[in-house]
Amino acid sequence: MSEEKNTFMLDGVAVEFNEGDTIMDAALRAGAYIPHLCHNPEFTPHGSCRVCVVGVNGRQVSACTQPAATGLDVDNGSGDITDERRRLLQMLFVEGNHVCPGCEKSGACQLQAVAYYTGMLSPHFTHFFPKRAVDASHPDTAIDYNRCILCELCVRASRDVDHKSVFSISGRGIGTHLTINAPGGKLGDSTFAATDKAAQVCPVGAILPKHRGYDQPIGERLYDKQPISIVGDVATRKPGNGGDSHGG
Amino acid sequence: MADKIRVASASLCGCFGCHMSLLDIDERILELVQLVEFDRSPITDIKTVGDCDIGIIEGGVANAENVEVLREFRKHCKVLVALGACAVNGGIPAMRNSFELKECLEESYIDGIGVTNPKIPNDPEIPMLLNKVHPIHEVVKIDYFLPGCPPTADAIWTFLTELIEGKPISLPYEQIHYD
Repeated sequence: MSEEKNTFMLDGVAVEFNEGDTIMDAALRAGAYIPHLCHNPEFTPHGSCRVCVVGVNGRQVSACTQPAATGLDVDNGSGDITDERRRLLQMLFVEGNHVCPGCEKSGACQLQAVAYYTGMLSPHFTHFFPKRAVDASHPDTAIDYNRCILCELCVRASRDVDHKSVFSISGRGIGTHLTINAPGGKLGDSTFAATDKAAQVCPVGAILPKHRGYDQPIGERLYDKQPISIVGDVATRKPGNGGDSHGG
Repeated sequence: MADKIRVASASLCGCFGCHMSLLDIDERILELVQLVEFDRSPITDIKTVGDCDIGIIEGGVANAENVEVLREFRKHCKVLVALGACAVNGGIPAMRNSFELKECLEESYIDGIGVTNPKIPNDPEIPMLLNKVHPIHEVVKIDYFLPGCPPTADAIWTFLTELIEGKPISLPYEQIHYD
């Protein structure tokens, strides 16, 4: 049997992969950081945020959905790719209402962290300032639709792990929004519990535990001192090691 | 010695926190005034802006006077800088954009807790509020953005010294913050 390993090139470095891996799977295992928001290795790839865009043999693909293959030449770190990711992030910022100074998730927010990583200093585009609600009906968890980036991680977690399907996505185009599976559409009337997997996966401050506030002060949070490429995703770290929702 | 670089600054719809952070560069301000001369600024209390090399704007655009001041700065400044969260994206004041202006005024002056003599102020001296609070890049062209609420004194120092020396701005990771 041949012992030859499957490899592709990531920014000029050979990365090994197993059969069935995506580019993202192989990069994560090799410790190479590809910026991402809607990807979490515990869930089926979704490919919707497009922040993991990479150049592959001259084409642009999402690393979380593109199968790894021998001989691929993957561009993850060029200026062009970083510019593209920054533009995507800027569009995410202006599409919602992301008021970092007023958000309890600030400093442990993956949207912010990826934007820092790409050197985003301004939103560039014209803000939409959409009017969206806050749902504080649940005793333990608040939903702030202003911050939702439609990554569908809560949808996947609630459906595939919690087997509750509390969350789903409704509407089309710019009207696309998160909905809650309850008669009045309120979280407090759903079967959601703060111990659900769906409560742990939000990369932004849209699904936020109550009663935590600024227990972990701004300035001492996960992404305050080190970039996400070093400390990783807040949702995949262990609690007490920067892995709780507020980066403590 | 060559002429000093002329700098103007203003706080529009902000809290003056970014100007406080500028003062927080502490004794480095002595180095700064060797290099720059302040024109219109809350620091000098000069009320009109003259021709300047660098204009620094704190705060977003929330009323008619903010628009006028911002346009004056753009006209007179070779380089215009958005300093802090409110100038960059509207910041906390832009949270009123989730409501109609009428609702905001009624909450403050008519229906709010503890309001006496309820009446929405309409003195002609008070600048008219805009329907929404806007980041300054939505009104005039902005050359540089420095986010933060406020940007730290170190970030402001890095930015100003590199800008004055004509270098590309290269903020270290911990100096880029949106909060």
